[in-house]
Amino acid sequence: MKDCYINGIGCVSAQDSTVDSAIENYRVLTDRITHARKPNYRDYIKPAMIRRMSTGVKMGVVAASIAMKEAELENPDAIISGTGLGCSIDSDKFLKKIVDNNEQFLTPTAFIQSTHNTVGAQVALGLRCNAYNITYVHNALSFESAMLDAQLMISEGASNILFGGVDELGDYTTSLFDLIDHVKKGEVIENGILNSNTKGAIFSEGAQFFVLADNISDNSYAKFIDVAIYNVLPQNSIEEKLVQFLSVNNFEISDIDVVILGTNGDVNFDGIYSDLQESVFKSTQQICYKHLSGEYNTASGFGFWTACNILKNQLIPKNLMLNEIKNVPVKNILIYNQYRSENHSFTLLSSC
Amino acid sequence: MSKGVAITGMGIISSIGNTVEENYQSLISKTPGISRIESIDTIHKNNIKVGEVKTSNQEFIQQLGLPQSNNYSRTALLAEISVLEAVENAGIKDMNSCKTGLISATSVAGMDKTEKYYYSLFEESQNRKYITAHPAGDATTKIANRLGITDFVTTISTACSSSANAIMLGARMIKAGKLDRVIVGGADCLSKFTINGFKTLMILSEDNCRPFDADRTGLNLGEAAAFLVLESDAQVKKCNKEILGYVSGYANANDAFHQTASSENGEGATLAMTKALKIANISANEIDYINAHGTATNNNDASESKAIRRVFGDTVPDLSSTKSYTGHTLAAAAVIEAVYSILALQNATVFPNLNFKTAIPETNITPVTEVLKKDLNHVLSNSFGFGGNCSTLIFSKA
Repeated sequence: MKDCYINGIGCVSAQDSTVDSAIENYRVLTDRITHARKPNYRDYIKPAMIRRMSTGVKMGVVAASIAMKEAELENPDAIISGTGLGCSIDSDKFLKKIVDNNEQFLTPTAFIQSTHNTVGAQVALGLRCNAYNITYVHNALSFESAMLDAQLMISEGASNILFGGVDELGDYTTSLFDLIDHVKKGEVIENGILNSNTKGAIFSEGAQFFVLADNISDNSYAKFIDVAIYNVLPQNSIEEKLVQFLSVNNFEISDIDVVILGTNGDVNFDGIYSDLQESVFKSTQQICYKHLSGEYNTASGFGFWTACNILKNQLIPKNLMLNEIKNVPVKNILIYNQYRSENHSFTLLSSC
Repeated sequence: MSKGVAITGMGIISSIGNTVEENYQSLISKTPGISRIESIDTIHKNNIKVGEVKTSNQEFIQQLGLPQSNNYSRTALLAEISVLEAVENAGIKDMNSCKTGLISATSVAGMDKTEKYYYSLFEESQNRKYITAHPAGDATTKIANRLGITDFVTTISTACSSSANAIMLGARMIKAGKLDRVIVGGADCLSKFTINGFKTLMILSEDNCRPFDADRTGLNLGEAAAFLVLESDAQVKKCNKEILGYVSGYANANDAFHQTASSENGEGATLAMTKALKIANISANEIDYINAHGTATNNNDASESKAIRRVFGDTVPDLSSTKSYTGHTLAAAAVIEAVYSILALQNATVFPNLNFKTAIPETNITPVTEVLKKDLNHVLSNSFGFGGNCSTLIFSKA
């Protein structure tokens, strides 16, 4: 594989991540459902467009423009998006009208904007970018699928790829997942999810976009090593797959300075992480982030964004730490994510 | 030099047949699958025509041996029927004998169940099993589990070009040596959601669609699923596999013009076709047949015709849109047309474009209207979608 680098990053989330990347200042989410903090959209999008775009599209466009500005990139060689649930807000809106009005009095706007590829399309439209454009929609592997394609593109000879993930909270869709207890019930404890000991996750939304390039720059955040996805894995083979993934890339567990886990406070599934914390990652510094980002299908993008910040600034925010081990300088970071015991992924990054 | 990525199996279900053979027979006997809708109780049923698969969900459930407690959307049922045919056709005995992936595509996903139980989900618990069938990744996961594919599994949604991009990613993964074998395709069922969506855009035809006709009246929606098995050269050699054809060219470009409409000069489509020819390393005059996107909407056929003129000039190859048989099957369209392109290569046959009378004056392209026997080496297939997504695939003879 060709060497590639993360040269720009952009993040819209439940935190003030568009104006302040000092993760240490972020608050622990305490609500069952938390909407993203609205950036000043006018700084990024033409006013006439702001009203028409749904939250997901706006978040995606903002995160993409921040990443591209950082990378000083005007026209990417590809725009690759991931979204687990797509444009839920417009999809919910159109669906409700069909049901409530018995298929009458419908207008096309919500339908037009309901397709899963709307974010990638709007980013392309804004840039007038004719390049390769694709959207991955595989639940909690959507962001990683986009990353994997971006890496493949670089290996095929492309220079600068814009890739990222976005998911928005649609009221109806969220209420469905609430109904089957994927969303935590009742009051979430003051300290957030990590010791809640209850089932379900706290839901949120966000967009994280990145520029993957074939060249290192003064602004490079990290060297991107590899990503692998596993749709279903029996719990007893996770470690074996991990070792295999690392060895393909000439790494060993002991090379990993920090592991970033997708721990989301769901008592039914966090055991998958804690088993690894107590075994294979026993001597590794462990951190997590979903108590700050909330859970959404592409929330691992927030974890990836966190990793980029850590590698560049060589600073690990205290509010992320899961154990006492400190490994400085941080050379290699592994991100491990899964959702409800499916959609496992390993992502490997190094400092530049 | 390699001819491309080998195709070793295919499976399909559409309104013109539940198997590859049934589809082929319908194509050469000029038998379309366009009818009035029966399975969905929509208020539009008397003023639209659709490409509906007439097998019921219950029949599929029995055929697949699923328990009554299953939570399959119709999209997942269609997907599983066709993927099993593809795997059998490829003669795969042990799914994990080599590194195998699955890439599927959908746009409707489990919307058929969500729209049906929209409010009742909150009152009764029995249908809540369908909630996890709503997201786009669900059908893919179901068929992956059925086939025993655990690792590389993903889903693509770029509206009506979705499964073209699944085929393209699969071919790229094989070429990059990341997979030895990959099953690629897509599925979409009919739903009130898409019927009403296209209805509000006023592009649904009340009659059988007429691709590339000057007096075309819009599209027929359809439902379908299809999958191809792609294998690396080494894998083909090792297992002495019969090759059905090759994926020799592919490209994806964006029109970057409008969220739903295609640009007048077909910029994205032109780029996609040009780039695909370059990947296949052949010139435009080596294309023997174009299986067009040809939805029969005013906008698409005008824009696609312009783009074809830009790429092929005065000598446009034999061309047809098989959507006149199947309707527009959205995310599945590209892969069902991939199956038709391979059938065309295998049988040295160009399938006709039904319901055509008069060429569009501006571009003057006359599609093939009768079954045409001729040797084919390279077939080009277009698929375009909302969001400016334009994809072109080129299939070559084994």
